[in-house]
Amino acid sequence: MHEIEMNPSPKVSIKFDGQTLQANEGETVAAALLRQTHLAFRTTAVTGTSRGPFCMMGICFDCLVEIDGVPNKQACMTYVENGMRVKRQLGAGDTGVFLSDEEDTQ
Amino acid sequence: MKDHYDIAIIGTGPAGMAAATVASAHVADVLIVDEQPEVGGQIYRGITRQSIKDRTILGDDYYKGQNLAGAFAASNVDHVSGATVWQVSPEREIGISKDGAAHLLTADQVIIATGAQERPFPIPGWTLPGVMTAGSAQILLKSSGITFSNAVFVGTGPLLYLIAYQYLKAGVPIRAILDTTPKSNRLKALPHLPGALSHLGSIMKGWKWIKALKSSGTLFIEGIDDLKITGKNSTEAIEYLVQNKWHRIETSNVFLHQGVVPNVNLAMASGCVYHWNEQKLCWHASTDEWGSSNVPGISIAGDGGGIGGAIAAEYQGRITAYQALYTTNKIKKQERDINVLPTRHALAHEMRIRPFLDAMFRPAVQFRIPTDDATMVCRCEEVTAGKIRASVSLGCAGPNQLKSFTRCGMGPCQGRFCSLSVSELIAEARNISVNELEQLRLRPPVKPLMLAELANLSTFASEDT
Amino acid sequence: MSTSKQTADAIIVGGGLHGCATALYLAMRGINCAVLEKDYVGRHASGVNAGGVRRLGRALPELPLADTALSIWRNIEDLVDDDCGFESLGQIKVAENDAELSALKNRAKTVQDIGFSHEEIIDQKQLRELLPAVASHCIGGLYVNGDGHANPYRTVTAFKRKAISMGVRIFEQTPVNEIVRHGTNWLVKSPSVKIEAPIIVNCAGAWGGSIAAQLGDYAPVEAQALMLMITARMPRFVKPVVGSQGRALSFKQFDNGTVMMGGAYQGRAEPEQNNTHLSFNGLAKNACAATAMFPIMRHATIVRSWAGIEGVMPDNIPVIGAGSANGVYHAFGFSAHGFALGPLVGKIITDLIDGGDIELPIDAFRIRRFSQNKDT
Repeated sequence: MHEIEMNPSPKVSIKFDGQTLQANEGETVAAALLRQTHLAFRTTAVTGTSRGPFCMMGICFDCLVEIDGVPNKQACMTYVENGMRVKRQLGAGDTGVFLSDEEDTQ
Repeated sequence: MKDHYDIAIIGTGPAGMAAATVASAHVADVLIVDEQPEVGGQIYRGITRQSIKDRTILGDDYYKGQNLAGAFAASNVDHVSGATVWQVSPEREIGISKDGAAHLLTADQVIIATGAQERPFPIPGWTLPGVMTAGSAQILLKSSGITFSNAVFVGTGPLLYLIAYQYLKAGVPIRAILDTTPKSNRLKALPHLPGALSHLGSIMKGWKWIKALKSSGTLFIEGIDDLKITGKNSTEAIEYLVQNKWHRIETSNVFLHQGVVPNVNLAMASGCVYHWNEQKLCWHASTDEWGSSNVPGISIAGDGGGIGGAIAAEYQGRITAYQALYTTNKIKKQERDINVLPTRHALAHEMRIRPFLDAMFRPAVQFRIPTDDATMVCRCEEVTAGKIRASVSLGCAGPNQLKSFTRCGMGPCQGRFCSLSVSELIAEARNISVNELEQLRLRPPVKPLMLAELANLSTFASEDT
Repeated sequence: MSTSKQTADAIIVGGGLHGCATALYLAMRGINCAVLEKDYVGRHASGVNAGGVRRLGRALPELPLADTALSIWRNIEDLVDDDCGFESLGQIKVAENDAELSALKNRAKTVQDIGFSHEEIIDQKQLRELLPAVASHCIGGLYVNGDGHANPYRTVTAFKRKAISMGVRIFEQTPVNEIVRHGTNWLVKSPSVKIEAPIIVNCAGAWGGSIAAQLGDYAPVEAQALMLMITARMPRFVKPVVGSQGRALSFKQFDNGTVMMGGAYQGRAEPEQNNTHLSFNGLAKNACAATAMFPIMRHATIVRSWAGIEGVMPDNIPVIGAGSANGVYHAFGFSAHGFALGPLVGKIITDLIDGGDIELPIDAFRIRRFSQNKDT
């Protein structure tokens, strides 16, 4: 990875699979992860094969990750925020993860 | 967001920005929506933020977007950013999601300016982590200053040479450039060269990039006949066939590119008719000289209707906006015509280079229709070329039936990265032309919609029985 | 350009499930038939419906048919060499409050009174055992063990394939232009072929009304676009097919993890253009129902929605049986719940044609029930 000199921007701290990483404010989760040379973000639901971002513009859906308990989030379309918890999505996105964090209030 | 607008524009790339600037100069209720937080689309991505210090890296063409963005910022358009448009109905009911809530609103005129996307490049290993598009390389560079050293750039088309040149200017080492432009394209492009000479400047610029790359000592190989990317869980190497001999390069990053094609899903799902263009090998919107589609009140501007590039997109945006203003009685015919005439001339000039570019960089068939049956064609549902061919043998006649046979096209990308390959593959297997096939039927929501967001819609919309 | 002329023992108009099933059974009886389909087999309701195979909640006249149909479904592989994706993990209609549970209890009793015991009331504890992900406020339900679902496109394609292997001629992209009498036969004209036969079966679904009219019968079938939505794949959390007593909702999760939701919310059908239009207000209501019943669905993503063109009769039960003229039979207008009955109705029509015994009561489905109220 080779970084080009950028105009300075505030730093943001996020978690990826439990590890803390620094990101630049105003960048996507995908960029933040790629900067750390994480090229694979998920495994597929059909065969469990590794996938990572491909198009970086929101149309290939290969960069899907789980963010703050919500699955199927496109990392390239989501902007980093302090304290964001990002996890690799393994197989089919699991919406039940969010529920275990809260009561079923119906 | 209001419930109703005079004019609604989808997309804040050059076409959208130009349309919005024109429209809002004459009319109060103009909406423009985009998924991105900032304007620019893909071509001018990051233009308002301009994070990169060294302006020589990206080149002058990019910074042209600044004027456009400036004029847009000064206009009084209602700009909704970070919002996904998942529907434009034929009655111009627009479905938008923002911040976890879905809304329905209507407009008298809708201008769809959804721009371009990368053409699929189905070769063995193209789904491995580490393989991305040339467009991705540009986005990472423009928005975050991220580049990958010793990547291999593969394919054909001006954008590929541009990003490689930008890497060169930025001092990023490039492992190799594997050029898949068929040698026979040169001869076929030659008759179009005279027509493109009014763009000699652009052609020379492109030639300058290629010359600089070749003389930089970067491995630059032309006439690539076949490709495969290998690796266990991630990209490890790329193999290429040239002059009947296979070679191997080790790398963790591959950038693929073989041209851009219109991003058609929203317009097609709205009922706009597209026809197959055999020269451009993609679908082209069937619009008139005003950008109007067959659906009353819906027009298409920019690369989303047919590839013309950023400047042409700006002109088309202006033309459709003037037409929209005229159709809604905000301006008179004479005013429309006076304003549109110089733009039309400029647009015609812009388009003169296209036949040459289309012919020169027409992608080779083996990179559009995989010969290796194990090649993944539908990335989302992991459907291979072989499975698709087998379905055709079982009687599957087109892309819609293919969904039921194999789930191909049923994933979240909704055919964006497979329908071109699928259509050509099925047409070839059935020995017919692509325009004889039934087109993929696209439906809203054109981007995945969270159920909770959709459930929230009830509170905004009026109750019906 | 002259069209070719063919003959058959029977002509079937419509290549959906009922058309292909009828063709298969006729072929099995040695009755040579031809099917004319204006698009391709399974293009419409048959290929894109919710796939429910149920007795639960059916109109009473349909219960004997649904019951017999289930036994065909259990052995569908013997009939068409494909299990059609049939899964029988049960169907449940959920009650969210006492009033709804009362209504379900009344239904269970009504069904028992006519001799069927498949619909059983379950309490909250049993409900949560069968549907662990259901919202905690749901208090019970009506359960049918043995009901289930199958894959509609796969099913109709299997019937088509088997029928062809038994000599049935299936003409796709072949709309019927005109049907006329030719002596004692029926002559069906299309742009590419003319076919003549003494027997004609109207399986034209939402288009069955105009075919019926050409055969001298009246049936006010309406084309409706009933909407469905499907999600991205999710880990498996529900096995039975789920409906609701108080809300319009049908809810099922497939083997591949995708969840499909419907509920008879209507879009707009344009049958002559093969087009349907979706109404997101209706889909929003559907989404509300689904998320209220299954909180786990809140963050599920819809990747596709669609609507098939269904033929709906005013009394919501189909047209099955002989027409008024000689050699005419009808099987259409299944009002969005014909899929389960397809494998049986083909046999019923065949029995009628072949002079066999019809053990099942089909009088309620006679086409003349509409003319009886009409002024001639």
